[in-house]
Amino acid sequence: MTAEKSERSATGEVTVINEQGLHARPAHALMMCASGFQSNVEIVKDGECVDGKSILSLLTLAAARGTRLVIRARGDDAEEAVAALTDLIARGFGEDGGGASDGTK
Amino acid sequence: MKFCDFVCKEAIQADLTSVSKETVIREMVGLLVSAGQIADGDRDSIIGAIMKREELGSTGIGRGVAVPHTKHKRLDRLVGTVGVSSEGIDFDSLDGEKVQLLFLLISPEDRPGDHLRALENISRQLRDDTFCRFLKQAKSAEDIQQLLAEADNNQFVS
Repeated sequence: MTAEKSERSATGEVTVINEQGLHARPAHALMMCASGFQSNVEIVKDGECVDGKSILSLLTLAAARGTRLVIRARGDDAEEAVAALTDLIARGFGEDGGGASDGTK
Repeated sequence: MKFCDFVCKEAIQADLTSVSKETVIREMVGLLVSAGQIADGDRDSIIGAIMKREELGSTGIGRGVAVPHTKHKRLDRLVGTVGVSSEGIDFDSLDGEKVQLLFLLISPEDRPGDHLRALENISRQLRDDTFCRFLKQAKSAEDIQQLLAEADNNQFVS
C-alpha cells in the first residue's frame, strides 16, 4: 500500500483561430486527439463544460473563431493531453485561416 | 438557432429510398431543388461539393446521425432538410453504425457562424435519446415536422 495519490490534472487555455470555428471536421479531430489519451478530457466554453471525447458534445459548443476554450484533463497523461489539444486548436486544426498567425503564410 | 430557422418543411422526407451515401445525398439535394430552395442548375455542383466534403471525413457523427453539408455562393441564407431512413444507410460513420437520420445543410459562403449554430442545435437536441428515437421512428413528414417543432419548444432538452 502506498499513500501516493497518483491522479494528475492539467489545464490549458486556447483561442479558436480557424475561420470556420469548431465545426464537424475540427470537432472530429479534437475528439480523435482527446481519445488518444487515457485521461478524462473536458472542454469548457463560458462555463459550459463538455466531454472532449464526444463529437456530439463538442458540436454543442458552437465555438466560433475567437472563442476562448479551457482544456481540462485528469489522469496519468493529463499534461500531455492538454499540450496536444491546445496545440491542435492553436494551429487552427491545420485548416485555412489558421496556422498563418506568424504572418508567414 | 432553431430547426424552423433552417429546415425547409417542404423538403422533409420520412421515407428515404436510397441505400448508399451518394444516392441519399442526391435524393436530399433533389428534395431541396423540388422545394425551390436551390436552383436546378446548381444541383450537380452542390452534390459534388458535399461528396468532396465527405471524402475529408464522414459527417456520420454517430448515434445513427449524419450531417452532410457544403457551402454555396449563390445562397443568401442557410437551408437544410431532414431525412429518415428506416433501413439505415452505410455512411462510413465515425462509430461504424448505419445512418438513419440525416440533416443536410447548405450554407452561404460567408456565414460560418450560422452553420456552427445549426450544428449546435442538431447535436444538442440529438443528445436526447427520446428525440433521437422518435425521429428515427417517424412515419411521415408531418411527424418529423411536429417533432422538430417540439424540439424547438425545448420539449426534449432538459
